[in-house]
Amino acid sequence: MKKNNVILQTTAKVTFFIIFLFSIHIFFAGHFAPGGGFVGGLLTTGAIVLLLLAFDLETVKATLPFNFTVVIGVGLLLSLGTAAGSILFNVPFFTHAFAHFELPLFGDTELHTAMIFDSGVYLVVVGAAITIIQSIGGDE
Amino acid sequence: MDGRRILLEFVLLIFLPFVFAILVPFAYKYIKGIHTGWFVLLVPLVLFGYYLSFIPLTMDGGHAISEIKWIPTLGIAFTSYIDGLSLLFTLLITGIGSLVVLYSIFYMDKKKENLGSFYVYLLLFMTAMLGVVQSDNTMTLYLFWELTSISSFLLIGYWYTRDKSRFGALKSMMITVFGGLMMLGGFILLSIMGETFSIRELIAQAPDLVSHPYFTSALILILLGAFTKSAQFPFYIWLPDAMEAPTPVSAYLHSATMVKAGIYLVARFTPIFGTSSTWIWLVTGIGLLTLFWGSFFAVKQTDLKAILAFSTVSQLGLIMSLLGAGAISYHTTEAMFAFATYAAIFHLINHATFKGGLFMIAGIIDHETGTRDIRKLGGLMSIMPLSFTVALIGSLSMAGLPPFNGFLSKEMFLESMVALRHFELFQFDTWGILFPIVAWVASVFTFTYSLYFVLKTFLGQGKVDQLPKRPHEAPIGMLVAPMILASLVIIIFFIPNVLGKWVIKPAVMAVQPTLYGSPADIDIHVLAWHGFGSVGLWLTVAIVIVGSLLYLTIPKWQPLYKLQPAKLSLNEGYDALMRGSEKGMNRLSRAYMTGLIRTYLLYMFAFLSVTVIAVLFIKDAFVVDMNSFAAITLYGALNAVILLLSIGFVVFAKSRLAAIIALGGVGYSVALFFVIFKAPDLALTQLVIETVSVALFLLAFKHLPALNEHGETKKTKVVNLIISLSVGVMVTLVALSSHSQKLIPSISQYYKDTVATEAGGGNIVNVILVDYRGFDTLFEIAVLAIAGIAVLGMIRLRVSRKETTDENK
Repeated sequence: MKKNNVILQTTAKVTFFIIFLFSIHIFFAGHFAPGGGFVGGLLTTGAIVLLLLAFDLETVKATLPFNFTVVIGVGLLLSLGTAAGSILFNVPFFTHAFAHFELPLFGDTELHTAMIFDSGVYLVVVGAAITIIQSIGGDE
Repeated sequence: MDGRRILLEFVLLIFLPFVFAILVPFAYKYIKGIHTGWFVLLVPLVLFGYYLSFIPLTMDGGHAISEIKWIPTLGIAFTSYIDGLSLLFTLLITGIGSLVVLYSIFYMDKKKENLGSFYVYLLLFMTAMLGVVQSDNTMTLYLFWELTSISSFLLIGYWYTRDKSRFGALKSMMITVFGGLMMLGGFILLSIMGETFSIRELIAQAPDLVSHPYFTSALILILLGAFTKSAQFPFYIWLPDAMEAPTPVSAYLHSATMVKAGIYLVARFTPIFGTSSTWIWLVTGIGLLTLFWGSFFAVKQTDLKAILAFSTVSQLGLIMSLLGAGAISYHTTEAMFAFATYAAIFHLINHATFKGGLFMIAGIIDHETGTRDIRKLGGLMSIMPLSFTVALIGSLSMAGLPPFNGFLSKEMFLESMVALRHFELFQFDTWGILFPIVAWVASVFTFTYSLYFVLKTFLGQGKVDQLPKRPHEAPIGMLVAPMILASLVIIIFFIPNVLGKWVIKPAVMAVQPTLYGSPADIDIHVLAWHGFGSVGLWLTVAIVIVGSLLYLTIPKWQPLYKLQPAKLSLNEGYDALMRGSEKGMNRLSRAYMTGLIRTYLLYMFAFLSVTVIAVLFIKDAFVVDMNSFAAITLYGALNAVILLLSIGFVVFAKSRLAAIIALGGVGYSVALFFVIFKAPDLALTQLVIETVSVALFLLAFKHLPALNEHGETKKTKVVNLIISLSVGVMVTLVALSSHSQKLIPSISQYYKDTVATEAGGGNIVNVILVDYRGFDTLFEIAVLAIAGIAVLGMIRLRVSRKETTDENK
């Protein structure tokens, strides 16, 4: 019994990008305003969950052809790599560095290694949450 | 080194049997033609010869010591301390050991038996025994002590396919290891008291130790070790069951060596504990009780080795009681009590000679006739004349008749016991008269069972043709060892003073080191004939008369034994203890291990709340400081009401769906609290997390069980209510009092100061998460990753779970 969910699906297609953009914003804003990798990751998950509700598991899998367990691994590697990278510069494990750069388009921007770490967090959160939801939802 | 040059660290010699034990399996496996025992025989012979060379040294009162440090930081070392006492035991171990190995070569069949393991165990045991008697360090003494228990366990269970062997091995293990552990406790107390593990140093401090509060505890613990090993009352019960071992083992371990380890221990520690009345009462009293008990029950036995086992128990009691009496010499100058120690050592040697021989004869009879049941035996005298001669010599020596060595030591024993009668210290005068009476009665029974043993076996109407095997005299090789022992029995009778001078006096000096300057000072000259004035002589005459009468009337009074109800025997007590502890433990663990997580949670929460609340009030830690509280805001109060309402819904909800939704309500109101308390990051996260988890709950909704499926009774509901209330109260109390008593200021000021300059950020919460304390975050995402993969794994692996549930059905 497949209902015709045109309104839901159309709305979802639009809303997905809004939520996704908001999650990216929250993620990047994290260092100076409320937000960060964790919330950002969860919001992205929320956006994908919306797609899952509007469509079905197979469609979402076809649309977002990521293996989310691999995403978890990539995230963990990124976080650990950032933390371990400091060793190469002869400073203690987990020492972050930051500097200000004059970038085109963005202007004066602070770049911080913590952001790389946070993107690892983001990826792990998205990967783990979607893995859980997909595996429970796909289980019949 | 007292004028003697010793070539090597002779402590290593203790391990010679051990090293040989490693080589034995190779000899057994690759040299098939020759009985493995011949190689093994070398070890005790060499050691015996070597240790003989120490006799001149100890005769002059000297000693030799060699030490290898094992754990120097703890003061634990392997020592070989050779004085009169340890030399005597060493000679017994190696001497009887050689004879037993020789005997076993003919007793154990080369093809049928697994000789490799037999000799490995035997050599292990030899090392252990040498270590016990030569160790000066209590810790290594304990090590070797337990090694004797273990190797004896292996030897008793040698024929491990028989139930009785396994039972006997386990029983002896349980009892001797119990005693060993008690002894370890005693040693530890001693080392706390004297701050050393060295027995010699402890002896030197003996006068100071007496007043120490641990003194009596150490004394009793060490005696427990000695009594269990030496099969004293009531721990003797393992010894008769240990008779399931091969006969060479019984002869070696359970007559000549291991059971004397306890005697050695008592003798060795006499200089420390001998001044205490508890020691004298316990050692003498338990010794006499054991003497009487063992000799009385020996006549009841029908198995040859069982008779000998009870006889060993009884004789060990005799030696023990003499050692106890000998300790009195610390209180009186009367020569009689030094005499008692001499008698103890003398009887120890005598017992080893005649009992070893008798065991070997019992083994020969078993080997040649196929039975050890005394009711089936009889009339073997003409068939096995040599065995009969040896058995007769051993038995008469055991009974205490001239011209055998048992006579001398038995006379000395009786005289010592008679002397106890006069002794007035420690209320001996009131009870003292009991000692000679018990000793005399026990000696009568000893005489009776000695006759019973030898005459029932060899005289009378033989039913020779009904025996399992056609009896004939044993091969000469098997008879050599018992014959050597029997001739020693006679030789010692004629030259007791040579033995006394060479071996016994140095040993007595080791037991009573403070009393004599050198062994020559001990003014004891053993005479076989004291004239008609001697008390011992007349007591012996009486023993012979009464004992013979008892022997002749055995059928008439033997029904006496049936008076003792089987339920009240000590063996039954042991079995009941074993069964009871097993059952009791089972019942106990079944009573609280219900297998329900609910029950375990109840235990944990009840324990947690009770202990925390109790500690709060015992330590007077419950303090509420109203001033530290912030003002209550309107929004805060409203939100609290919402929170409480949702919690109430969760607890009292009738359906699962309502509970999930109410739980969502709880989560969102918590998020609101975060907003009110100005924690935007937390509020955001809480909001999203709550949404995702409610979604997950709903996703799994159809898999969740219905509420109250378990049908809880009213009683469990009340218990749950009480425990959850107490946990709630506990947490509230702890929160209130910890909020009211802040001992140190918060470190958050540092974060505020440095967040922009050091970390280049503005959001303190996020900077703490990724920078200051990024470590936590690293592992939290690891946790998340594990959770995700675990869920995936659980669901993927469900196939196998289904299979197992199908099997269970």
